[in-house]
Amino acid sequence: MVNIKINGKDYSVAEGTTVLEAARSVGIDIPTLCYLKGVNEIGACRMCLVEVKGARALQAACVYPVSEGMEVMTNTPAVRNARKLNLELILSTHDRKCLTCVRNRNCELQALADNLGVTDIAYEGIRNEYDIDEISPSIVRDNNKCILCKRCVSTCKNVQTVAVIDAKNRGFNTEIGCAFDMPLAETPCVNCGQCITACPVGALREKSDIDRVWAALADPDKHVVVQTAPAVRAGLGEEFDMPIGTPVTGKMANALKQIGFDKVFDTDTGADLTIMEEGTEVIERIQNGGKLPVITSCSPGWVKFCEHNFPDFLDNLSSAKSPHEMFGAVLKTYYAQKQGIDPKNIVVVSIMPCTAKKFEAQRPELSNGDLQDVDIVLTTRELGRMIKQAGIDFKNIEDAPFDNPFGEATGAGVIFGATGGVMEAALRTVAEVLTGKSIENCDYTDVRGTDGIKRAEIKVGDLTLKAAVAHGLGNARKLLEAIREGKENYHFVEIMACPGGCVTGGGQPIRSAKERMDIDLKAERAKALYSEDINSQIRKSHENPVIKKLYDEFFEKPGSHKAHELLHTHYAKRENY
Amino acid sequence: MSNQAKYVFKGTPEQEQELLKVIDKYKNTEGALIPILHEAQEIYGYLPLEVQKIVSENANIPLAEIYGVVTFYAQFSLVPKGEYSIAVCLGTACYVKGSGNILEKIKEKLGIDVGECSEDGKFSLDATRCIGACGLAPVMTVNDEVYGRLEVKDVDKILEKYM
Repeated sequence: MVNIKINGKDYSVAEGTTVLEAARSVGIDIPTLCYLKGVNEIGACRMCLVEVKGARALQAACVYPVSEGMEVMTNTPAVRNARKLNLELILSTHDRKCLTCVRNRNCELQALADNLGVTDIAYEGIRNEYDIDEISPSIVRDNNKCILCKRCVSTCKNVQTVAVIDAKNRGFNTEIGCAFDMPLAETPCVNCGQCITACPVGALREKSDIDRVWAALADPDKHVVVQTAPAVRAGLGEEFDMPIGTPVTGKMANALKQIGFDKVFDTDTGADLTIMEEGTEVIERIQNGGKLPVITSCSPGWVKFCEHNFPDFLDNLSSAKSPHEMFGAVLKTYYAQKQGIDPKNIVVVSIMPCTAKKFEAQRPELSNGDLQDVDIVLTTRELGRMIKQAGIDFKNIEDAPFDNPFGEATGAGVIFGATGGVMEAALRTVAEVLTGKSIENCDYTDVRGTDGIKRAEIKVGDLTLKAAVAHGLGNARKLLEAIREGKENYHFVEIMACPGGCVTGGGQPIRSAKERMDIDLKAERAKALYSEDINSQIRKSHENPVIKKLYDEFFEKPGSHKAHELLHTHYAKRENY
Repeated sequence: MSNQAKYVFKGTPEQEQELLKVIDKYKNTEGALIPILHEAQEIYGYLPLEVQKIVSENANIPLAEIYGVVTFYAQFSLVPKGEYSIAVCLGTACYVKGSGNILEKIKEKLGIDVGECSEDGKFSLDATRCIGACGLAPVMTVNDEVYGRLEVKDVDKILEKYM
C-alpha cells in the first residue's frame, strides 16, 4: 500500500494502481471516455485530467501511477475547465443527432456532457463526412459518431486478436476503419460485436432486423415462431433498468406473446438437442479413435475465426449445428409436419445475445432445401426495443411459460449461456452414457468461472477425460497454439468467441466503462443462469422428455442419418483478405 | 484512397523473394514494421495491397495495422510513382508567387490529381512543403530536374519535354 492525498485527505491505496483506480477505490469519481478497464488504458481523451502536485501540467489519471506521498486534486477550477474544454472540442466534430441515435440515453459522451455541465459548444468544428459501412449482416460502423477513443480497436486487436480495424490516416483525417477502406464484411471480421459493446457512443451498432420481424408478424400468411437463447434472459432486464443478473425468463416469454408471435419457444431445447448430438460425437471419437480434441461449434464468431485462422482445426470442430440452427431445422420439419403447416410459411426468429448469429443464419449450408433454418436474428438489445415499441410494461408484466410442444428444457441447456456451460452440459450427458449409470452430483465446477482458459481432468468410469475451456478469441488462440505445438492435449474443448461466453455477447445490453470498472458483468449475468439451472427439475439434456420424444418420433437416435441431414453441418477454410 | 484500384500490380517473383528476405532479416526485431515498409517501398516503388499482404502474412502483423502506419506517414505511398515524378512546391514563398495555379494547370493537363499516377505510368504528381528553393519561387521538380520562376504558360513546354 502507498499513502497518498486526494483532495486534501489522506488515503492508503494499493501499490501499482493508477490515480484513476485509486480514487475510485475510495469513492472519488474521475470522468473517463477512452478508458475501458483492462482493455484500453491509453490516456487519449483527456477527460480524466487531474492536478498532481509537482507535475508540470495536468495529468491523465487513467495512466498515471500512484506513488508514496503523492498529492492529487481532482476538482479544481483548472481541472474542471480543462475537462470541459476538451469535451467541447470532441463534441464540436461529433454528429450530434442524439434524439435519433441508437445510443440515446445510453451514451457515455452524452452523460459526460451532462455531468460536466456543457450547455453550449463554443466551437463549430468542421466535420468530416463518412460513409456508413452497413454491408455486414451483423455490424454497422458510423464514423460520423466516432470519437476516436480506440476502445473498439483495442478490443478487436488485443482481446480478440482479430485486428481488422485500426486507426488510419493522420491528424484531422484520422478515422477508424479497415485496411484499404474495405467494408467490414470483406475482412476476416468474425462479427462477434465486442466492438459494439466497447463503444461509448453510437459509432458501432448491430444491423437492425426489427422491421423485418414486424413485417412478418403483420403478414397473415406467416406462422411466426420465436426462440430465445439462454443468455438473453440473463441480460434483457437491464434494458428496463432492472439490476444486472436478474433472470427474466417468464416476463420475456409473456412479452413475446404480447408482441404477437404465434409460438414462443426456448433455444434451451435446441441446446439439449445439441448436447445429444455433440455428446454422441465426443463419445464416438473417443471410443473409435476419431479426431481429438472435439471442439465445440456453437459460437459462430469462434467458427468463423477458426475458418480464417486455424483451418487445420476444422476437422476437430463438432459437426453439430448450433442450438438455434438445430431448433430452426426441427421447427421447419418435425414441428411443421406435426402442426400441418407448410414450412415455407414458417418464419423462425431467434433472439440471441449475439451479432455473429445474424451472419450465421445466412450461411448457405445452414439450410434444408431452399429454406434457411433460421430466418431472422435479433439481439437482446433489439428485443428490448421491440418490447418498448409495443408499449409493454416489462417490469410489471406477469410471468408466462414457453409454449408446447417444446415447453420443457433443462438446466443443462440454460447454462450454455456462460463460459464452461456447454462443456458442463455435455459432461452431464457423456458421463452417464459412458458409464451407463445415473450420476448424482452433476455440478462440474472446475469448468465454471471467469478465468480465460480453464483446464480440468474429469473421471468418467475408467477414462480420465481431459477438458479445456477458452472464452475470448485471444485466449482461444493461445490454447489452440499450445495444442498445435503438442504442448497440451485434450479430449474435449469448449471455445466461445466472447469473453465470458454468451452472457457478455456482442448483442447484450451495453454497460458503461464506469459500471464495468466495478462490476464483472460476465460473473454477475452468469449467476442468473446457474440459479435457473440449480432450480430446474431436470438438469441433464438426455432426461428432457421433449428430447426423448423428438428422437422416438423423428430422429430415431443421436447421430442417425436423419439427424446428420438436419442437425449437422460442415466448415471450410476462409481466406484472410 | 479508393483510387488505388486502377493501378495494376506488376510485382515479380524476384521482388517478392527480395521482400521475404527483408522480412526474415527483421524477424527477431521489435518494432520492425517501419523499416520493413521502407525497404518494401524501395523494392516496389509503392505499397499496394499485394505488398502489404505479403508483409502482413510473413511478419505476422495485422493488415489493418500496416495500413494504418502506411497512411499515417507521408513518405509511404499507396500509389506507384510515375516514370516522371512531378512535385510542385506549395511552401509559403512558392504559394504566394502562384504555385497553386501551376499545380492546377498540371492537373488539368495530365488529368490526374495530387497523389495519383497517370494510367500509362508515365507521370505522378505530388504537392510538397517548402523544398528550400524559395529564391526561385514558384518551383516545380520533375525527378531531379528543378524548374524555377515559373509562370502558368511554361507548364505546357516543360511537360512536352517528357511526353
